[in-house]
Amino acid sequence: MPLLKFRLEKTGAPLWFRGLIPVITLVLTFILTSGLIIWGKANPFEAYYYFLIDPLSGRVSFLEVLVKSTPLILTGIAVTVAFVSGYFNIGAEGQLYAGALASAYLGTVLGGISTPLAILLMLISSFAAGLLWALLPALLRVYLNVDEVVTTLLFNSIIIFMISAILNGPWRDPQSGWPQSPEIAEVTRLPQLVARSRLHFGFVLALTVVAVVWFIQTKTSFGLKFRAVGLGKEGARFAGINVERTILIAALISGGIAGIAGYVEVAGIQYHLIGELSPGYGYTGIIIATMGGLNALGVGAAALFFGLVETGAQTVSRALGVPVYLGEVTQATMLLVILGMFLLQRYRIRRM
Amino acid sequence: MAVAMLIATLTAATLRVATPILLAAIGETFNERAGVLNLGIEGIMFLGAFVGFYVADITGSLWMGLLMAIISGVLLGILMAYFTVSLGVNQHVSGLGITLLASGLALYAFRLNYGGRSTPPSIPPFEQITPLAKIPVFNTILNQYLLTYVTFFIIVPVSWWVMYRTSLGMKIRAVGENPEAADAAGINVFWIRYGVLTFGGGLMAMGGAFLSLAQLGAFTHGIIAGRGWVAIALVIFGNWNPFKVMLGSLIFGGTYALQLRLQAMGLQLPIPYETFLALPYIVTIIALVIAGRQASYPAALLKPYQRE
Repeated sequence: MPLLKFRLEKTGAPLWFRGLIPVITLVLTFILTSGLIIWGKANPFEAYYYFLIDPLSGRVSFLEVLVKSTPLILTGIAVTVAFVSGYFNIGAEGQLYAGALASAYLGTVLGGISTPLAILLMLISSFAAGLLWALLPALLRVYLNVDEVVTTLLFNSIIIFMISAILNGPWRDPQSGWPQSPEIAEVTRLPQLVARSRLHFGFVLALTVVAVVWFIQTKTSFGLKFRAVGLGKEGARFAGINVERTILIAALISGGIAGIAGYVEVAGIQYHLIGELSPGYGYTGIIIATMGGLNALGVGAAALFFGLVETGAQTVSRALGVPVYLGEVTQATMLLVILGMFLLQRYRIRRM
Repeated sequence: MAVAMLIATLTAATLRVATPILLAAIGETFNERAGVLNLGIEGIMFLGAFVGFYVADITGSLWMGLLMAIISGVLLGILMAYFTVSLGVNQHVSGLGITLLASGLALYAFRLNYGGRSTPPSIPPFEQITPLAKIPVFNTILNQYLLTYVTFFIIVPVSWWVMYRTSLGMKIRAVGENPEAADAAGINVFWIRYGVLTFGGGLMAMGGAFLSLAQLGAFTHGIIAGRGWVAIALVIFGNWNPFKVMLGSLIFGGTYALQLRLQAMGLQLPIPYETFLALPYIVTIIALVIAGRQASYPAALLKPYQRE
């Protein structure tokens, strides 16, 4: 687990250097992506103003950053829980859709109950749905030693077909003919946090999940077990930890949290299930987990920043006509730059 | 005769469908044999499909498109090597980073160049060639793209030969099994890994370009649709042996061809057609479970190597 190793060694890097890292990352990412912006016939400096500063300067767009970061916080945390234990769950995308499917179903059948009860029921069932979608790859990994990276990736493809089958079949909108589920009932929608904005209660749920996972990671023996297994299975086994069970639990919690991400998108934003519910939140979660150093608080911060990048990409697109996919390229570039930075830190330590 | 024709059409479709996945899987086989899991495969295929299409569209030359696609894959392979070999960064994360970067680049450039159009752009694709055109049944099976012939009759056998019958192949396997010992024996671990990632990236992009330049004559957002991940599964299924990987690609291709056929027959079935689309992926997982138990992973897979 080289990533974890970097984290442990990071403490030795000189403080002035650690403070500089976010700045260096941003500048390098800016330089590397400016070619694309020029190709898109826009001024890179202007583009980066709209990208990173404009969204923070207005009330509506600032709240939108929080809205965009909500599912990213959840998928980032989901990936973190698995990665810390050395289980490479690349299936958060599919588990998100499983949670979304459960929420969209409950949203249409639950009626006449109070909103808090609806939130509780849908929270539990979306967690269960994500967990179920993560179950088979996890069992295959633990009991038959089948590589989880491949199975979780293939499961992502499979659930996309399943969703498409449902949306084009039983749930097809009878009026418009669009492949989308019926609208969920009023009471099952997540309440708005701020009037005249899209910010909803799901943001609070996401922050709660961050707090809970942070607590488990740092204050409980569970957290210690996860980390120990991630650092080395043999050592953990020697220390008396049930490695298989620990990996299984981490994988299932990870799937469940990703399922909640599907819930907040269905019940907080879309109000029905669509095939394009997630533009790859599950995969972005992996970048966020890495950038956050697999630490719940760091992941939360990284997700907020990525919410800004997602919002900013739309702002740039509207203002300058640059394709919105600039956001994806920027996120990926930033990840690669950060990976290089981790290493710079390590070399600092080595020389010391 | 009708049955023979049905089998012939299915076989022909199987070979066509298997080609892009097999190309990518052979590239991945070499990567993993030398100890590097390249999760950039999906993105490299995607960018290869786009670059091939775009260059063919603006130059009017399909071969130029294919060449530039391969070059794009080579460059991404070098980038992957820089992160996993030179820097020794986590292979899962850097591979996914490459996939996200390549996909983002392709989507960005596609929107930039074809964004305003109401109909999806298309180009006249490669022509199929038909040896033995006069013999029935065979003319159906052999009616294939040149690239399919190259893949099955040149790339796969040569890959097997290089891997098991040459000193280069021995070096690659040694680097993936025990880099310390290989280094001690005078093998340059660094260059071997850079080499296979470069070569593998080219093959992956070629697989992607096959889809846009031969099979479809177009580029769409869903053009790869997880085929890269299937290729990774096939490498494990095939136990890192090019011929067995080929067998795996034929199983996937066969299932896919069968579902295409079932869809085309327009049967009124009680199950949705997406079940058939998902079927090859499910079959891949089952194959992986069955074969995965005997899978002998290269011992140094996922482990960066740095000289002390």
